[in-house]
Amino acid sequence: MLLLTWRNLLARKVRLLMSTLAIVLGIGFLAGVMTFSSGLNATFQNIVSGSTSDGLVRPAGDVSAANAGVATTQLITPADIDKISALPEVEDATGSVDGFGSFLLGEDDKLVGGQGAPTLAFNYAPADNMAGEDILVLNEGGWPEQPGEVTLDTSSAERGGYEIGDTVTMIVPTEGQDPRRTFTLVGTADFNGGGTAGATLVLLDTAEAQEIFLGGEDAFTSVALTAADGISQTELAEAASAVTPAGFTAVTGDKVVEETQDQIGQFLDVIDIFLKVFAGIAILVGGFIIFNTFTILVSQRVRESALLRALGASRKQVTRSVLVEAFLMAVVGATLGLLLGLGLSRLLAGLFRSFGLDIAGDVLTLTPGTIFWGYVVGVAVTMVAAFVPARRAAKVPPVAAMRDDLVVQEKGMGRRLLLGTIAMVVGTAFVVVGLTGAPGTDAYWIGAGAVIWVITTAVMAPVVGQPVLLLCRSVFGRVFGTAGLLAGENALRNPRRTGATASALMIGLAVVSAVGVLASSLSATNDATVDDAFKSDFLVQMPTFQSFPAAFGDRMEDVDGVDQVSRQQATPVSVEVDGEPDQTFLTGVDQAFLDIYDLAMIDGTDQMSGRQAILNEGRADDFGAGVGDTIDIQFPGGETIAVEVVGVSEESPTTSGITTPLALLAEAGIKRSDSSLSIMLAEGADRASAKQDLEDVVEALPILSVQDKEEFKELISSQVNQLLYVIYGLLALAVVIAVIGIVNTLGLSVIERTREIGLLRAVGLSRRKLRTMITLESVAIALLGAVLGMVVGLVIGVVLRQSLKDDLTELSLPLDNLVIFLVVAVLFGVLAAVVPAIRASRMKVLQAIATE
Amino acid sequence: MTEQPGEGAATEVAASAKDLTKTYGKGEAEVRALDGVTVDLMKGEFTAVMGPSGSGKSTLMHCLAALDTPTAGEAIVDGTSLGRLKDKDLTTLRRERVGFVFQSFNLVPTLSAEENILLPLSLAGRKPDREWFDQVVDSVGLRPRLGHRPSEMSGGQQQRVACARALVSKPSIVFADEPTGNLDSTSSAEVLGFLRRSVDEFGQTVVMVTHDPVAASYTDRIVFLADGKIVDELRNPDRDQILAKMASLQDVAAQKAAG
Repeated sequence: MLLLTWRNLLARKVRLLMSTLAIVLGIGFLAGVMTFSSGLNATFQNIVSGSTSDGLVRPAGDVSAANAGVATTQLITPADIDKISALPEVEDATGSVDGFGSFLLGEDDKLVGGQGAPTLAFNYAPADNMAGEDILVLNEGGWPEQPGEVTLDTSSAERGGYEIGDTVTMIVPTEGQDPRRTFTLVGTADFNGGGTAGATLVLLDTAEAQEIFLGGEDAFTSVALTAADGISQTELAEAASAVTPAGFTAVTGDKVVEETQDQIGQFLDVIDIFLKVFAGIAILVGGFIIFNTFTILVSQRVRESALLRALGASRKQVTRSVLVEAFLMAVVGATLGLLLGLGLSRLLAGLFRSFGLDIAGDVLTLTPGTIFWGYVVGVAVTMVAAFVPARRAAKVPPVAAMRDDLVVQEKGMGRRLLLGTIAMVVGTAFVVVGLTGAPGTDAYWIGAGAVIWVITTAVMAPVVGQPVLLLCRSVFGRVFGTAGLLAGENALRNPRRTGATASALMIGLAVVSAVGVLASSLSATNDATVDDAFKSDFLVQMPTFQSFPAAFGDRMEDVDGVDQVSRQQATPVSVEVDGEPDQTFLTGVDQAFLDIYDLAMIDGTDQMSGRQAILNEGRADDFGAGVGDTIDIQFPGGETIAVEVVGVSEESPTTSGITTPLALLAEAGIKRSDSSLSIMLAEGADRASAKQDLEDVVEALPILSVQDKEEFKELISSQVNQLLYVIYGLLALAVVIAVIGIVNTLGLSVIERTREIGLLRAVGLSRRKLRTMITLESVAIALLGAVLGMVVGLVIGVVLRQSLKDDLTELSLPLDNLVIFLVVAVLFGVLAAVVPAIRASRMKVLQAIATE
Repeated sequence: MTEQPGEGAATEVAASAKDLTKTYGKGEAEVRALDGVTVDLMKGEFTAVMGPSGSGKSTLMHCLAALDTPTAGEAIVDGTSLGRLKDKDLTTLRRERVGFVFQSFNLVPTLSAEENILLPLSLAGRKPDREWFDQVVDSVGLRPRLGHRPSEMSGGQQQRVACARALVSKPSIVFADEPTGNLDSTSSAEVLGFLRRSVDEFGQTVVMVTHDPVAASYTDRIVFLADGKIVDELRNPDRDQILAKMASLQDVAAQKAAG
C-alpha cells in the first residue's frame, strides 16, 4: 500500500509539486519569520550581555535615564569614583559620560541611521563586560585620545561614507554654542557582542565628552564596575552601595541586562507577532490550496479507489494511503520551506538593515525550534487539509470500479447553507458582543467573529458566490460569445471547486481590504486631527520625533517675521498607580505654547506655573486625580516632584498625558532639549520668505524639518502608507499562494476535461478561443475571490474601526484601492491561466476524444 | 479453499442467491434490476451468467461479490451470508475469498504488472506464496512482462494480469464481469482459455457475466437472466444451443416491447 502511495506521488509529480509549493511558501514564510526573530533576539542579547559590566552605579529611580534617552544633570564626581574603586570588592571602576541629543551626519550632510535607532555618544574608557572581555573591540585605527578625535562604529562609518583620517561632522547639544562640530575619525570599533543593532556609536575623548555633555564639569553620569576575583555581582553591588553618593544606586550587571532585555523584548515581541500573523495567513491560504488539490485528485481517482476497495482494501487503508501521500508531500514541502525560510530571513534582515537595524548574518540559522515547528505546522496543516478528501476517497463504493457512469455523490448545498448561516450568525454575535463592550478585550471578540466570518465565507463560497459567477457568465457570454459562455458554465458547474479555489484568494483580499479600511480611516482621522489641532504656522521636529538641541529654537527666534517660538520637551516619567510605578509621558511647555494652542479644558485652568500640571482626561482617570489634587512624578534620574493638578483637558495630539511648565523639567534635573517647536509668524509677515529663512536655519543642520499644516499631514500619511505597503507586501505572499491554487485547479480541470476539450475542438473551437475560455474561467475564479474578500474585508474593517472609534474618529473606505485590487485580481486570473491554457490548446484533437 | 485440481466438481455450493431483489430509484422511476433471483453456484465449476442488456446479470454478480448490497433477499458466499456483514467484514471477505476480473482491465496505472498482481495480498498484508505466484504467472504467460506498466501492455496482456491478480490470493470464487468485452478474438481466446484452465487445473470456481456466446461456450453451465429473473439454464453448452437460447430471449424482449 505504501508502494502504491509512493507511485501515486511520483506519477503526479507536477500536480503535487504545485500543491507542495503552497506548503513550501507557507512554511518558508513561517521559518523565515522565526529565524529572523531569533536572529534579532540573539543580536540584541549578544550586544546587551557583551556591553554590560559586572556592576553599574547609575542615577536612582524607576525611569532609567539611559533607556529613556534623556540627559540629566545628576553627576558623580571623580572623588566618588575613587571611593568606589578603593573598595576591596572592586577591581576597577570606570566613569562614563553618556551623552544624548547628538547626531552623526554623513559625508553627504544627511543624518546617519536616522530611522529610529539611537545615537549613543560617550567617552572612551576601557571597561570589561561580565565575561571579563573588553566591552568595545577596535576594528581599525585607534581610540580617541584627545579632543577633536572620534571613533565610530564600523557600520555607521561606512554608511556615513567616512574613512579613517576624514573629518566627521556631528550635531552636539552643547548649550549656547554652534551645534555643528567637526572631528577627525581615528578608528572604528564595535560592541563585543558584534554589531550595534543599528545604533550609531560615537566615542569621544573623556575631556571633550565632559565639555560637550556636562558643560566642562569634571564628572561622570555613571560608573562601570568590575568585581575583584571571587566577588559575586550581588556582593559587588552591595559593597558599592555603601559609598554611592545620594541620587545614585549600584546595581548588578545581570539586572541591567534583564531590564534592557525586557525593554527590547517588548519591541521584538511586537515585530515577532506582527510577522507571525502574516505567516499564519499564508499557511491558512496554503491549507485551502492543499485541501482543494487533494479533493480534485481524489475525485479523479474515484475509479482507482473503487478498484482498491473491490480488491479488498478497507476504508481505513484508502484513507491512510491518501494521508500518507499528504504526509510525504508535507515533509518534502516543509523541508524545502525551511530552506526557503533561511533565505527569506536573510532578505528580511536586509530589509530591516535598510531601516537601520543591523542583524549579524551568522545568527540567522535554523534553530531546532524552528525546524521542529516548521515540520509540525507543515505536516499538521497538510494532513488536516487532506483529511476530508481522504475520507471522501474511502467512501467510494467498490461497485464504482465497474460502472461507466462514475458519479461521486455530493451532498446538496442545503446543509452547507444552513450550517453556514448559523456560523455567520455566531460570528456576528461575537462581533456584536465586541462592539457593545463585553467583558474582556473588545478586539478579541471582534477578531474571533471576523475569523468565523472569513472561514464561513470560504466554506459558503460555492453558495454565496453564485451571483458573482452568474454575472461573469452573462458578461463573458455577451463580450466573448460562445467561448465566454462556456467559461462561465465551467466556473459554475463545479461550484465547490470554484468556491474553494476562490476562497484562498478571498482570505488574502479580506485581510488586505480590512487593513485598507483601517489605514484609510487612520489617515482621515489624522487629517481631521491636524486640521483641528495645527494652530501654529509651522512645526519644527525630527522626522523620527527624537529630541534635538535647543540651539535650533534659539536661532529660529531671530528669523525675520517670527513672532513666537514655542518649545516643547517630552520625557518619560513614572507615576504610582495603585502602588505600581506606571510609565507615561510628560511634556514640558512654555507660555507661548499655552497662547498658541487652546487646550479644551474640562475642568480648571490651562494657566500654570511652578509645580503645577494639566492632565488629560485619560490620565486623570488613570491616576484618579482631579483639579486640586497632588501627584508625585518621578523623573529619569530619580528625582520625584509633587505636582498640583490645576486643570483637566481633553486629549490633544499637541501634548502628552501630563503637561507641565518647561521649568519643572529643569528642576527635575533633565537637561534642556526640544522635542518640537511651534512657530507663529508676526502679523503681516511674509509667509514664504519666513519659511525659507527657517529652512535655511535647518539646512545647515539637516536633522530637522520645518512643516506647515499640509506638509505635516503628508508626513503622517506617508508614514501610515509606509506601514500599509509593508503589510501589503507581506500579504502579497498569501495572494501568490492563492494564485498558485488557481493554476493548480485549472490545470487539474483541464486534464479532467480532456475529452470534452477534444470534442469542442473537433466541432470547431479554435485554439485561441479555447485559451480565451480557460483564461476567462480563471478570471471568474479570481473575481469571485476578490469580490467575496473585499465584501468581507470591508465589513470587518468597518467593524474594527467602529470598535476603535475613540482613536479612529473618521471612517474612510479606500474605494480607489479596491478598484485597483479588482483589476489586479483580474490580472492574476489571466496570469494563472497561462500555463493551463497553453497546455489545453496543445492537446491533439483525436487523442483527446479517445481518452477515457 | 479448493486447491487440488479437478476434485469435488459441482457438488458443493460456492455462492448462492436467495430471492435476491435489487431496485434502483423510487416511485415511477423505480427499476427492478433483480426480481427475486434464487440460484446456487457450484464449487469447481465455470458458470456463465447470460442475458440481454439490462437483464440484471451484472447486478446479480455485484451483489454476490459483496460489491453492492441487495434491496431484499440474501447473498451467500462461501457459507457466509453477506446481509449482516459490516463494511469492514465485507472488505475482509472481498480480500480473502473473492477474486475479480473486470471488463475494462482495471489495473492501477502506476504499478507494474507484478505489483498489480500482488496488490490484493499486499492490501491484506500477506506474504505471497512464491510457488503459487510462479505457477499463475506462467500459466497466463506473463513472465517476460512482469516489470511492465499497464500502459506498456496490450489489452489482452492487461486482462491476463487482471486474471492472475484474481487468482493469486487463492479466492473461493472468482467473478469475471464481461472479461472479454474489450478484447479482440485472439486475446479473448487466451483469457477464456486461462479461466477454463484455472477451473480444470487448479479447481478454481469461476463465475462470468457475458453476453458473448463464444465466451459462454467455454463454461460448464449457463444461467440465463431476463428482466431480473432466472429464466433458464444450460449444462455443458455448445455455441448453437446458446445462440438459440439468446435469440429466443431477445424475441421475448422484443415482443414485450412491441406489446
